[in-house]
Amino acid sequence: MLRNSRSEFGSATIVLHWTIAALILGLTLIGFVMRRTDIDPALQFSLYQWHKSFGFTALGLATLRTAWWLVERSPAPPPGLGALEHIAARMAHGALIVLALAVPLAGWAVASASTLDIPSFYFNAVVIPHLPLAKSEASEAFWAFVHALLGYVTLGLVAIHAAAALYHHFIRRDAVLVRMLGFGTRSHHLRTPDAEENDDPIVERK
Amino acid sequence: MTIPRRQALKAIASLALLAMTAAPAAGARPPSLTEAAGTYRVAGSSVIHFTVPQAGGGSGLAGDFGKFSGRFRIDGNNIEQSSVEFTLYPESVRSRERRIENFLRSSAVFDTANFKTITFRSTIVRQTGPDTATVEGTLTARGKSRKERFEVTLTDWNRRSIAFTIRGSIRRAPYGMDVGTPIYSNVVQFDMKIRGQRR
Repeated sequence: MLRNSRSEFGSATIVLHWTIAALILGLTLIGFVMRRTDIDPALQFSLYQWHKSFGFTALGLATLRTAWWLVERSPAPPPGLGALEHIAARMAHGALIVLALAVPLAGWAVASASTLDIPSFYFNAVVIPHLPLAKSEASEAFWAFVHALLGYVTLGLVAIHAAAALYHHFIRRDAVLVRMLGFGTRSHHLRTPDAEENDDPIVERK
Repeated sequence: MTIPRRQALKAIASLALLAMTAAPAAGARPPSLTEAAGTYRVAGSSVIHFTVPQAGGGSGLAGDFGKFSGRFRIDGNNIEQSSVEFTLYPESVRSRERRIENFLRSSAVFDTANFKTITFRSTIVRQTGPDTATVEGTLTARGKSRKERFEVTLTDWNRRSIAFTIRGSIRRAPYGMDVGTPIYSNVVQFDMKIRGQRR
């Protein structure tokens, strides 16, 4: 199923979620390595360009994810979730949605404001124009700071988000993590919610 | 302090006169080979400029080399026997900002820590017009030597000096300097203004 249901995530949400998650972690890793001072300069140049290409990919997917999040329903929270927990989860998810857009946009601003004026040649295929920002050392430094700061905030939120998912899975033993993994409960939504109690996955797969 | 107007005019007039007498004798006619024959030293006022075009247009990456040396000999009997020897010191590269200069000096490009010089030694000179020639020779950079060709145009001469513009397109990848391709072109455009002082 492409779309979300009342209790589950559809494949569109799941694929976007994990692709963006992988991009965030990969981009953070490249970001750390490319900023090292003892790095080989040719490798550093390449890493910056990879970082930009994957960063633009993240921006594109985050835009899709945001649009999808705005128009698509969200599955109901697991039973037994407190009101405060629910609000915290909504805020964290909203912040992650916004940061997934803001971090790459700030990165685009760095490339645009940089006096180095290095073209963003998306995977050596298409030149992505710079944002209309004044080029100066101060502007570049400002956006680099914003990009890094938002990046760290994102990383922190991702850690909290992942910890919460593990908490749900191992401590509360509910379906929060499993339903985003896209398996385990798939059979359930083929049935009416009433039939869930009698579910037998083995019979279901036949 | 103000200079009286008459005195200022007089100074300008004498400067103009001086400029006229100092003007090169080149005029419309290139020198004959015998006139130009001799050995020259590349003057420090020469300009070694290069440009690397970038993807999507724009100004690309441009720079100059501040330190170089060289000499050339114009053979009066046979221009093909003329020769050029040129050395440039990549450490002296100048560009629009320090970060670019440091990158060009680094192991990614010139690797100036290990290769102090880039040299060119001509193997043959061919005249292609009354004031043009091609110079073929061996370019050595980062320990790699390759045959390259430059187009030479005579721009100015007098009894003591001679000047050319020299253009050439050099592929950088074979010298192990392919960093940044294809964002930055593999082909480096050299645009040099070389003045030779007669020795």
